[in-house]
Amino acid sequence: MSELNLSTKAKITWCPGCPNSQILVAVKQAVTELVETGFFKIEDLTAFAGIGCHGKISDYININSFTSLHGRLVPAMIGAKCANPALTVIGFSGDGDSYSEGLEHLVYAAKVNADITLFVHNNRLFALTTGQANAVSPKGFKSKSTPFGSIEEPLNPLLLMLASGATFVARTFAGDIAGTKKIMQDAIKHKGFAFVDIVQPCITFFDTRDHFNSRAYWIDENLPKNDLKLAMEKVSENIEEKVPLGIFYQVEKPTFEGELHK
Amino acid sequence: MSENSHREIFTIGIGGAAGEGAKYTGTNIGTLLRDSGLQVYLSLDYPSLIRGGHNFIRISCSKEKVWNDYAKLDVLVCLNEETKEIHKNELKEGAWVLSGLNNEEILNKIKEFLSTKGLVDFTSGSIAPKGELVDGNTAFAKGLQTAGLDFYISYPMTPATSILHYLAEKQTRDGLKVVQPENEISVINMALGVSYVGKRVAIGTATGGFALMQEAFSFSGIAELPLAIAVVQRQAPATGVPTRSSQSDLRFVIHAGHGEFPRIVIAPGDSEESFKAGAEALNLAWKFKIPVIVLLDKILSEHMMTSNFDKNISVEKNKDIIFPGTPGRVVKVTSYEHDEGGLTIDTASDVKMAMDKRFAKGEEIKKEMLKRETVKVYGDTSSENAIVFFGSTKSPILEASKHFEKSVKLVQIVWLEPFDIEKVKRELEGKKIICVEANYNGQLASLIRERTGIEVAHKILRYDSLPFDPEELANQINSILK
Ligand SMILES: Cc1ncc(C[n+]2csc(CCOP(=O)(O)OP(=O)(O)O)c2C)c(N)n1
Ligand code: SF4
Repeated sequence: MSELNLSTKAKITWCPGCPNSQILVAVKQAVTELVETGFFKIEDLTAFAGIGCHGKISDYININSFTSLHGRLVPAMIGAKCANPALTVIGFSGDGDSYSEGLEHLVYAAKVNADITLFVHNNRLFALTTGQANAVSPKGFKSKSTPFGSIEEPLNPLLLMLASGATFVARTFAGDIAGTKKIMQDAIKHKGFAFVDIVQPCITFFDTRDHFNSRAYWIDENLPKNDLKLAMEKVSENIEEKVPLGIFYQVEKPTFEGELHK
Repeated sequence: MSENSHREIFTIGIGGAAGEGAKYTGTNIGTLLRDSGLQVYLSLDYPSLIRGGHNFIRISCSKEKVWNDYAKLDVLVCLNEETKEIHKNELKEGAWVLSGLNNEEILNKIKEFLSTKGLVDFTSGSIAPKGELVDGNTAFAKGLQTAGLDFYISYPMTPATSILHYLAEKQTRDGLKVVQPENEISVINMALGVSYVGKRVAIGTATGGFALMQEAFSFSGIAELPLAIAVVQRQAPATGVPTRSSQSDLRFVIHAGHGEFPRIVIAPGDSEESFKAGAEALNLAWKFKIPVIVLLDKILSEHMMTSNFDKNISVEKNKDIIFPGTPGRVVKVTSYEHDEGGLTIDTASDVKMAMDKRFAKGEEIKKEMLKRETVKVYGDTSSENAIVFFGSTKSPILEASKHFEKSVKLVQIVWLEPFDIEKVKRELEGKKIICVEANYNGQLASLIRERTGIEVAHKILRYDSLPFDPEELANQINSILK
């Protein structure tokens, strides 16, 4: 087999030190291993992306890609999977992309359990538009659009995904490349809607590296994964205090495209 | 008015409260007339705001082609008491009024009527139908199927919904798939995902739903993802009058989507043309890797007409497009401006090159137009009078032309975008022109002037949500041409 070359000629324009680069490294490792172990052929992998700093990732990785509109990658992913179930469909979204602009698509994808995998680069604000509060920014967060502090409580996307019917719900931290790679692989292998929130500090507009480094912890791997109530409890921990990482929930259910082609 | 030809056409009205089966009885009668070898035109009116929800079906039939139904009734079938009251002023002298009958009795009475009028001889053995009795939405859907439709994606909205219903029924295990996602924004983005991996996909909605799709419509333009779209007009703005018609979205669809990119907009005028437009939309979308819109309206979508579909339509594939899953190839599409490899670009010269590449297709499309029916002409082609129109107004105009007192050339603009400037000029230059359309602003008239410099002298505009009546229209046109 010829050596996989996952790099492109595109110049990387993320800020130096941006954790998006760590996510890129984790994806490349995850994909390389999955190809090497024969899980999929590289031509059968398609990566979708939203619009935001996170979405630039599709330019930096030499695989099939579909860079969507802001917030609209999820329906395109479902369409592609339905039209060719042999493809592995993964997506890179942002918190603004999927928790603000495209929230309805996220709920629908979880509800119908489409066999796609979504990674949300969650930096808790709109970064590409130079830093405004969004659906997951902390209450009181001061930004250019909220100079006196955000008046909104943040959304808990993991809880929302559990309530919506997602069959794989996990969180990881961009700074932990090995941990992120592992969760990515588990998510890709999962048959059904796999949702992974990736805590990704934005070093330019909201540097949360210390906050998360000191508060993030991996949950006990031996906890049951099919207990919805337990999963809901775990993801409800206040992330201003403690940030649990790991796979909170994983069950098997019929997939959308499976039912469609039955 | 030539009373003669008029007398050969007979009209039956069927009225009842919503839920009393006026549509059922009406289509049964329509089918009987068709099976009796007659030409049929069936219209439907179900104004949702009138107390009791009065539904009314009207069918005109004749031995000759009937392009439109008429207001005056030879037979009135009353499924409730109110119907007699509402329609009493529409009865011709000696009209039959049927009430208190069951379905079978009604059909027998209609047969009796046809025999009495000498329209059909039921004793003479086998009668050959003149075609299928079909509405524009169904015809459009059949056209899509003929051109190899793999996926239809839609969110219900009157008057586009019957396409969804029809195709949902036609799903098979290994063939056509129909999906109804969470909203119209999802519909079009999902369709682009389908198109990206190489399946032939169409979507359909009323113009309000299409308004929600604008950003992704533009995305299909820049990413060159083939997509066929049915846009069905109803009386707008906004929610408007959901069950009534208009032609007020011509300007909106030809300019739809932000930014500039090539697209095709086809406006069929009857069921046969809807069938053809459905097939052409898919074929052209794939041939040129562009979005193609078929612009319909409530009248065209729901009214039924005896039709014969073009037998020469096939699936036209495009072997130059590659899809994910191809060994050794990386397929990148993006909503950003991009190079040939699908990577983001922003230097001025690259941007210009990408724009020029997409618009180079415009030249190819122009060549294609020479092979397609972009403009159709009827009537007296050498007349100095011309009536110009698009979409479903074809029906009342062609029917009205049976009653014209002067010779008139009838010019139907089928392709609204690209606009066939040469052909339209050839047909309209130097003529006394009347433009007939169902909107307030005279959108077609203004488009003709914009694209050809030709001034339309007279406009007949209707924007009260109701169809044109052929007799009324003939009177208006006769008085303009006097
Ligand atoms: C329809 C639309 N609205 C707004 C924008 C502008 N916009 C681009 S990126 C972005 C926010 C991105 O935030 P997020 O998804 O969190 O990505 P990040 O840049 O933080 O990675 C916005 C609002 C857009 N491109 N399209
Ligand atoms: S703005 Fe923030 S998220 Fe965007 S590249 Fe810079 S550090 Fe990364």
